[in-house]
Amino acid sequence: MRLDTILRVCTKLFIPFIFIFALYVQFHGDFGPGGGFQAGIIVAAGVVLYAIIYGLNAAQRAVPKRLVEFLIPLGVLIFAGVGVWGLLIGDNYLEYNNLSHGNQPHGQERGVFWVEIGVLVTVSSTMITIFYAFAGRGRQ
Amino acid sequence: MEQLINMVLLTLLAVITIGIIRVRNLFAVVVLAGAYSFLMASVMMVLDAVDVAMTEAAVGAGISTVLALGALHLTKTEEAAPRFSAILPLFVAVGTGAMLIYGTWGLPGFGLADTPMNTGVGLDYLNRNMAETGIPNVVTAVLASYRGFDTLGETAVIFTAGIGVLLLLKRFTAED
Repeated sequence: MRLDTILRVCTKLFIPFIFIFALYVQFHGDFGPGGGFQAGIIVAAGVVLYAIIYGLNAAQRAVPKRLVEFLIPLGVLIFAGVGVWGLLIGDNYLEYNNLSHGNQPHGQERGVFWVEIGVLVTVSSTMITIFYAFAGRGRQ
Repeated sequence: MEQLINMVLLTLLAVITIGIIRVRNLFAVVVLAGAYSFLMASVMMVLDAVDVAMTEAAVGAGISTVLALGALHLTKTEEAAPRFSAILPLFVAVGTGAMLIYGTWGLPGFGLADTPMNTGVGLDYLNRNMAETGIPNVVTAVLASYRGFDTLGETAVIFTAGIGVLLLLKRFTAED
């Protein structure tokens, strides 16, 4: 789609809004619909859109393969790490009540925040990786 | 009004399903499947399940359409003619569908307040949530806090899926 000016310009206009919307869905997930999973998919959709219009190589220059493959386990580690954090301060695994100096709602807020970050990282990088794996396959 | 919207959406879903079955051009099938997902997301919106609608629109209509198109690039665009008669699959599908419809007769009426879903554990979460977590969106509170361990498992499933696809497809990628 090298020559399709309208598509290329529109994509360039859309992509910042897609990522802003993903951030909104991520961080507003405590108050409205959304959360890590939905935001992760929207981030991945933004990258996929870029790859479709500008080509796989351009997308992999912006979001390198090595990076997303590194991010897949990182998200799970962030999630599990929040659990270990609770263990270290003397709570049960994945209990957030005391994460913020004993203030229960603040601790919950903090725990949920980091857990959702973990979900976002794993979901978005997994989706991008699967797309890269499919799109990078040449015809046999 | 809501009933009218539901009827239009469900009729369109049925039409698209018949289209997916009848059309033999796989490219058209992929596009129709994307439209199906979008309609499904609208149905979820009407049911007030905005979280599910968002996921359905992004995953079903977005990512999986792109992945199906990517797979289509590797095969022919016309579906091969069936080699076996469709009688047995038709029988299985009709049987399963009949059993599912029979199962819906046992469900409580839609949206009633005194069903097990709305009186048991669900009501308990709604009552305790604000005092315990201070998170207004109960879905997020249940997902990330009360049942954080489940969600950790789900994240691990997604991780495993990503690793699995990488292991299967990595050796076919051109460069690297």
